[in-house]
Amino acid sequence: MSKIAHRIKQTATSVRSKIQSRSKPTLSFPLRSLSNVKYRPKRGFLELKGKKKTRTLTVATVKTFAQTLRMMSQAKVLIEDDEIMTKREAYYVSKNWDDARFDEQPESDTVIDDIEALFEVNREQLGFIPEEKGGEVAGKLVVIDRDSDTGKKLRIDCTKFGSGAYSIPISVEHLKFETKAKFLLAIETAGMFQRLVKHGYWRKANCILVSMGGVPTRACRRFIRRLTDELNLPVYAFVDCDPYGMFNIYRTLKVGSGNAAHINRYFCAPNANFLGVTPQDIIDYKLPTHPLKEVDIKRARDALKNDPFVQHYRLWQDAIQQLLDMGVRAEQQAFAVHDLNYVIEHYLPEKLAAPMKFLP
Amino acid sequence: MGKARKAGAKKKTKVVKNVGKKKRRASKQNRLKVAKTTKKAVEKTPKKELPRHSTAEDMALGQREISVAEFFMKNRHLLGFDNPRKALLTTIKEGVDNSLDACEEAGVLPDVKIIIAPAKEENRFLVTIEDNGPGILRKQIPKIFAKLLYGSKFHRLKMSRGQQGIGISAAGMYGQLTTGKPIAITSKISRDHPAHHYKLEIDAKKNEPRIIVDETVKWAVQRGTKVEIELEAKFQKGRQSVEEYLEQTAIANPHVSLRFVTPDGEAKVYKRASRQLPKQTREIKPHPYGVELGILIKMLHDTKARTLQSFLHSDFSRVSTRVAKMICEKAKVSERSRPPRIARQEADHLLNAIKHTRIMNPPTDCLAPIGDELILAGLKKQIKADFFTAVTRPPAVYRGNPFQIEAGLAYGGSLKADGLARLLRYANRVPLLYQQSACAITHSVLNTDWRNYALQQSAGALPTGPLVIMVHMASVWVPFTSESKEAVAHYPEIIKDIRLALQECGRKLAKFIRRRRKAAESERKKAFIQKYIPHIAIALREMLELSDRQEKTMVRQLTDMLERSRS
Repeated sequence: MSKIAHRIKQTATSVRSKIQSRSKPTLSFPLRSLSNVKYRPKRGFLELKGKKKTRTLTVATVKTFAQTLRMMSQAKVLIEDDEIMTKREAYYVSKNWDDARFDEQPESDTVIDDIEALFEVNREQLGFIPEEKGGEVAGKLVVIDRDSDTGKKLRIDCTKFGSGAYSIPISVEHLKFETKAKFLLAIETAGMFQRLVKHGYWRKANCILVSMGGVPTRACRRFIRRLTDELNLPVYAFVDCDPYGMFNIYRTLKVGSGNAAHINRYFCAPNANFLGVTPQDIIDYKLPTHPLKEVDIKRARDALKNDPFVQHYRLWQDAIQQLLDMGVRAEQQAFAVHDLNYVIEHYLPEKLAAPMKFLP
Repeated sequence: MGKARKAGAKKKTKVVKNVGKKKRRASKQNRLKVAKTTKKAVEKTPKKELPRHSTAEDMALGQREISVAEFFMKNRHLLGFDNPRKALLTTIKEGVDNSLDACEEAGVLPDVKIIIAPAKEENRFLVTIEDNGPGILRKQIPKIFAKLLYGSKFHRLKMSRGQQGIGISAAGMYGQLTTGKPIAITSKISRDHPAHHYKLEIDAKKNEPRIIVDETVKWAVQRGTKVEIELEAKFQKGRQSVEEYLEQTAIANPHVSLRFVTPDGEAKVYKRASRQLPKQTREIKPHPYGVELGILIKMLHDTKARTLQSFLHSDFSRVSTRVAKMICEKAKVSERSRPPRIARQEADHLLNAIKHTRIMNPPTDCLAPIGDELILAGLKKQIKADFFTAVTRPPAVYRGNPFQIEAGLAYGGSLKADGLARLLRYANRVPLLYQQSACAITHSVLNTDWRNYALQQSAGALPTGPLVIMVHMASVWVPFTSESKEAVAHYPEIIKDIRLALQECGRKLAKFIRRRRKAAESERKKAFIQKYIPHIAIALREMLELSDRQEKTMVRQLTDMLERSRS
C-alpha cells in the first residue's frame, strides 16, 4: 500500500520540479477506450496498447488539473490512514475545495478513474470503493473470511443459505475458498438465479451459482477470478441472447473492459466460456423472440468493427452475423414457454453434456 | 325612398323566418327581385331632383387660378403640418434652418434661441426663434415671411438647408389658420440701424403679404432676427420631438450654439463644440448631364448668350468651348445659331448629343461636408459612447448634381445594448425625423451586412446593439421625396455611396469590437487561472508536505507561466 503512496508522491514531485524549472507540468494517462486495447489470448484479457493522453497544464485544463491533483492528495491520505471512501463520499469531500469542487458526481468519478489509470491500479487500492453490490453466490462453496472484531476465521458455507444467497463483499483479496464443485455458472438475471437456487440446481449439477445482476461488478469479477485461479474451476456464462448479454456482460467477465483496461489483468475470468443463450439455441429450442432494437444492432456492428476480442474469434463473428441476420433477440427466461423448469430439466443438462460446443 | 326600402327589407326578413329553412332558397330569389325593383325606383326619382348636366360654358364659370397659398393651405400635410405635434416641430425646424443658413452665409457663428411658451388658450403655443444672424432688409421682410415660394435659394445651385422658399411662410400661414394670429418678425441689420417690427398675414387668395403692424422698435442686440408664431400644437418629448431635432442638429452642426426653453420653463443648452464655420460654398451652374428637355428649352429662351456655343459654355458647368462645339456637331445644329431660335426638335438632338459626349464631372467646391473630425466632435458632444468613427466620402454625382456622403458611428458606453441601433439621417446638415422607411439612407443601412462587422442583424432590420449610425448627404440639390423634406429619394448613385461610407465605418467598428472582445476574453481567462492555481499549490503542499512559503512561491510561478502563455 505504501508503495502506491510513494508513487503518488513521486508524481507530485515531478509536477513540482517542472513548475520550478518554469516549464508546464504534465500528467499522462493511458487512453481509456476500446481503440487502445488489444486481445492476447495467451494472457486472456484485453490489455493496454500504450496509447497515452497527456494533460498539459494550460488555461483550458487548469481546472481539471487542479482537481486531479487534489483528488490524488486525497487518495494519499486515504492510503496512509488505511481509510476508505465511496465515490459518492469523494464527491461530497470535494465540496470543501471552494472553486475546485465538483458540481456533479460524474465529474468526480471521471477524475478518480483518471487517477486509477494514471497509477495503473484499481481504485480500491487507492482507498476509493464502489457503491455497487458485488453479486450473489449459492452452491457448493465454502468461503473463509475473518471476523472483523476478533480476527478469527469464519467458515461460510454457501449451501446453508436456504432460499437466500451469500453476498460477495466489495473487497475479496483476503478470502480463501474450499469447494468440490465441478464448475461455476455465472447467471445474468437474478430471476433465473432464484429459480436455480429454489430447485437446488447446484446440488443436482454439483456446481456454484453466481448471480451477476447485469454487467458483473469488479468485485464479482475478482471473486470469480480468484475462485478459478485457486481451484482451477471452469466458468460458464448463462446470459440473454442479445449484444448486451454477449459483449457488455460476457466479454467484460471474460477479458475485462476497454474503459478500465489498466486493471483488466485482475478483473477478468479468462477461462470463462459462453454456455448460452446462443443464436442457434433460439432455433433449436424454438424460443419466443423480440426484434433487435436499434441500439442492439448498433452495438453488434460496433463489436464486429472495433472489439479486439470479437475480432480474434471467428466463431463470435459468425454468431453475431447469425443474430443480425435473424434480426431477433431472446431472454434466458424465455424457456418458460415450454415449462417453468424446462431450463433445469432439459436445456442446462443438454448444453452441459457438450462443453466443447460452448462459444469461446 | 330610403325608408320605404327599409320597410320592404324588414317585411322580407319576416317572410323568411316564417317560411323556415326549407324554403330559404326560394326566398333568396325573392330578395333579389325586391332589390331589383328598388334599384329601378332609385334611378327614376333623381331625374326630377338633380340639376341637369353642365355645359362647357357653365364649367368655365367655375374655372379659375389656384393660388399656391390656397393649395398648400388645403394640402398642409405636404409641408409637414399634418398634426399639431408635427406642426410644432416643422415650425421650429423651418425657423432654425433659416437662421443657420443666414448666419453661415454671413460668416457668423450661430447662436440660436428657441422658446416654446404656452399661450392663453389650451393647445396653443407661442414659438419664438431668435438668431444673431445678419438680419433682413426692411422691404424684404413681408415677402420672405408671408409669401409662399419666395426666397433666395430656389434658383441657385448651392448647398443650403432651405431649398424652396416655402418653409417659414408656411409655418406663419399654419399659425394664422389655427389661431388667427399674425406672424411677428423683428430684425436688425447692424448696431447703427433701428430694429424693424412687423406683424404679417398671408392673403391666401393672392399669395401676397398683408401688413398688420409695421413699426420701428428698440432691440438691445447688435443684429439678428426674431420670429414669433402662435399656433395650435402639441408639445411632446421622446421620438420625433423638438428636443430630438435640436439634439441631432447639434450633432451635425458642432459650430452651433442652441438654447431651448420648453413650455414648462425648463432651459436646455446645446453647447458649441467647434468654432470652425462650415466652408463657404460656391454657387455652381447646372451640369449638362442633369438637364431635362423642358429646362433646356427654357434656358435657351432665357439666356443672354448670343450663340448656341457660348450658351453651352457660359450657362453650364464643365462645358468648354471645345466641348460645346462637339455637342453642336453631334446634334447637327450650327454652333452659331441664336439660342431662342432653337426648335424643340433641335433641342431634343442637343440633349441626345450631351448624353453621348464625355463631360467632366461638376466641380465640387459647391459642397461643404461636415468633415470627419467635426462629425466626431458632434457625436462625442451629444452621445456617451466608447467608440466613435466617421468617414467623409469623396464627392460623387447623381443626375448631374454633385453630392457627398458622410457617415459616423458611435458604439458602446451608455447606449442601450439590446434593441435596434439608432439611425440619424441628415440632408445638408438638417436632421430628418420622419418617413425613415421611405428614405434611401435607411435603405442603404438595412442593406449593409452588419454581421460582417461583428454586430447582430436580423434580415431586413437595423443592426442590434449599442450603436448610433449617422449618415449625412450634402448636395446642391438633395432629392427629397416630398416638399416636407423628410426622406431622400432612391437614386442608385446615392445608395451606393452611402453603402461604401457605412462599410468603411463598419470595418473600423469591427476592429474595435473584436479587440474589445479579445481583451474581455483574456480578462476572463486571467480570472479563471487565478481561481484554480491555488488549488494546484494546495494539493502539492499536502502531498509533498511543503511550507506555506513554498506554496506561495509555486502560486506565483504558475501564475506567471500561464499568463505568459495566454496569448
